[in-house]
Amino acid sequence: MQQSYEKYYVPAQSPWPIVGAVALFLIAVGAANVVMEYSNQSDGYGPYILALGLVVLLVMIVGWFKNQIDESMAGLYSAQLGRSYRQGMTWFIFSEIMFFGAFFGALFYARMISVPWLGGASNNAMTNAVLWPEFQALWPLVTTPGGTTTEAMGPAGLPTINTIILLISSVTLHFAHVGLEKNKRKQLAWMLGATIALGGIFLFFQVQEYIHAYRDLGLTLQSGIYGNTFFLLTGFHGMHVTLGTIILLVLFFRVLKGHFTPDNHFAFQAGAWYWHFVDVVWVMLFLFVYVL
Amino acid sequence: MSKATEISSHDAGATAAHEDHHEHHIPKGVMRWILTTNHKDIGTLYLWFSFIMFLTGGAMAMVIRAELFQPGLQIVEPDFFNQMTTVHGLIMVFGAVMPAFVGLANWLIPMMIGAPDMALPRMNNWSFWILPFAFAILLASLFTEGGGPNFGWTFYAPLSTTYSNDSTALFVFSVHIMGISSIMGAINVIVTIFNMRAPGMNWMKMPLFVWTWLITAFLLIAVMPVLAGAVTMVLTDKFFGTSFFDAAGGGDPVMFQHIFWFFGHPEVYIMILPAFGIISHIVPTFARKPLFGYASMVYATASIALLSFIVWAHHMFTTGMPVYMEMFFMFATMLISVPTGVKVFNWVATMWRGSMTFEVPMLFALAFIVLFTIGGLSGLMLAITPVDFQYHDTYFVVAHFHYVLVSGAIFSIMAAVYYWLPKWTGRMFNIGLAKTHFWCSLISVNVLFFPMHFVGLAGMPRRIPDYSLQFADYNQWISIGGFAFGLSQLIFLAVVIQACRKQGEPVSDRVWEGANGLEWEIPSPAPYHTFETPPVVK
Repeated sequence: MQQSYEKYYVPAQSPWPIVGAVALFLIAVGAANVVMEYSNQSDGYGPYILALGLVVLLVMIVGWFKNQIDESMAGLYSAQLGRSYRQGMTWFIFSEIMFFGAFFGALFYARMISVPWLGGASNNAMTNAVLWPEFQALWPLVTTPGGTTTEAMGPAGLPTINTIILLISSVTLHFAHVGLEKNKRKQLAWMLGATIALGGIFLFFQVQEYIHAYRDLGLTLQSGIYGNTFFLLTGFHGMHVTLGTIILLVLFFRVLKGHFTPDNHFAFQAGAWYWHFVDVVWVMLFLFVYVL
Repeated sequence: MSKATEISSHDAGATAAHEDHHEHHIPKGVMRWILTTNHKDIGTLYLWFSFIMFLTGGAMAMVIRAELFQPGLQIVEPDFFNQMTTVHGLIMVFGAVMPAFVGLANWLIPMMIGAPDMALPRMNNWSFWILPFAFAILLASLFTEGGGPNFGWTFYAPLSTTYSNDSTALFVFSVHIMGISSIMGAINVIVTIFNMRAPGMNWMKMPLFVWTWLITAFLLIAVMPVLAGAVTMVLTDKFFGTSFFDAAGGGDPVMFQHIFWFFGHPEVYIMILPAFGIISHIVPTFARKPLFGYASMVYATASIALLSFIVWAHHMFTTGMPVYMEMFFMFATMLISVPTGVKVFNWVATMWRGSMTFEVPMLFALAFIVLFTIGGLSGLMLAITPVDFQYHDTYFVVAHFHYVLVSGAIFSIMAAVYYWLPKWTGRMFNIGLAKTHFWCSLISVNVLFFPMHFVGLAGMPRRIPDYSLQFADYNQWISIGGFAFGLSQLIFLAVVIQACRKQGEPVSDRVWEGANGLEWEIPSPAPYHTFETPPVVK
């Protein structure tokens, strides 16, 4: 007990947070302008501001992480600091769960409440009769009350293959972690590499699926609540897989440089937690968006 | 709780000696504030930012009250009036009250638990410095073609989707940044409390401000991402043709309200739980008695936080819900008055037979207890579903939430500033001026908000720039109270500036005779670095 309170590393001044603040500012202004220009069909500075913001953010991440890695390699970190980082990462993942929760909530609300009510369920017979008497409450909602039609994306084929890919990637990542803890560096590198490859394949198939949806099924972002929940849930999940793959890629290069020891590898653990979290989200997605 | 505050004199001496050594390292100039990782610097930044936002949002309230001084359209266009109500709300919630509490948390939590700093100091800097940028974007949207957000701070669909102007995109992304800031701040607070308490400070010895902030931080991490989801859906509905909140595509505008208030109700407690913590520090100090019912305070805070997740639909009784759901949300809401009542009871019981004195922080704390209770009771009236059909969207609601937020949350922040300011600056503030500030605020806040109950019950709707003639007298009183309250805050500004410029008598380490807690064991003003060696709490 007494030992763990000895010296807590408090970093001196750092330029990276303010660089990151400027980056977020540019990204927000840029993204907002991109959106406004997109809806007005006009040209403007939005994309450039957004791109500049992303570059500054990248500089910030590289610089900040370099600091962090140097400090870690210099042995400045105590076990207590490691606990702070792990707890911080856990709470960050909890916030991510709540973010996806908002979209799952929208999906459940649409399926359980708004679509059936529009079809006259509960005591809403008149809603149906007055607003859209033709409307049939079905899920997947292939014909909206307003009359937009689309086709549903079933679980067979790519979605099932992608599920298997992600589940396998969780297993390979677990064995990479086991390799790290047992100091089997070769197993660590190979298994981590395999995980990254599986992540890449998943993303590739996901793009194929989107092309299929837009070209063959007429399932777009504009096809009513079914398409909305489909694209926002899978889209945000895809963004998280992309981010996770980048994180694992950084870890991979650090592994090749000989970083991480069996008892000091917070970054690896955080990346692994993130990957497993993204996998769990996919399982929920597969179940509620594709299967049920 | 008083037990928690005894530290061995050996440790205190050692810490003090250590700190002298570090005084030389305080960086100078503007870059100190931009690059800082020091929890006290960042706390100061948060508090000043919050004060500037408080005055900015207040100026917008003045515009609203000037327009409503007389019936008819007088000074501003209705659309600009709507922008003022919207941005006033957004600024006060996300720019004034929340950052003020985060600033207090930054200053106080490490000092209260005997930690050298926050657990993640660089992230701490980041979570502050993105805030000014977020509000710059929000305020800049007011100057865009078509104006800023005009759909109310609750941005109900379809006002914020079908009928909003283009600057909604700026609004959405600025809210995203505010959310990121809150989440990072909250993660920092939780990790600090979990991981950096001094040896011997176990859970049930923790000061109540730390407890209430721990629970607040949990609420923040749980609901700010949901807000991010809500604004994202508004963005895609408005600009990318989705129909989350459009029945023609199978969505539902009422779904927006469910998602928003799932965030919004815990948000209300985010803005009041730290206030409960502050009052639980001040009342025992000036009653010179330990807090009555420490454990029950902790359990009550946790109960309020848990209940806050299952009451959200009481904001939308009139928007269409099955009767059994209205009943559920009504009773769940009323249940919250039990733990809240426990708290008010405990504060009163703490004062019972105490040797009370009425220094400025105590005046604000007492005003808080009385006025917050008034706001709580009008909340109970609003919780009753059938009568809410009458009160909904009237000035009665405005009166209710301003009693809990202005004479509740804001008064507690002022109480906290007066209570801990001498510890921060090492000088006693100008007591005469501070008392003037208190009495002016107390009287004007009631002139401002109490008549709103009457006009609300009589049916005056909120968020409308015009009203029927019969409400004119009351509205003049309300506006006069509003201007007086706004001007009174300039006195507060003067007191704080004087204190920061080191005017006033030097104070002792303990500052207040009855004060207890680790933060009173260190020198006044608090050294730049404190507790680099953790104290031992007995």
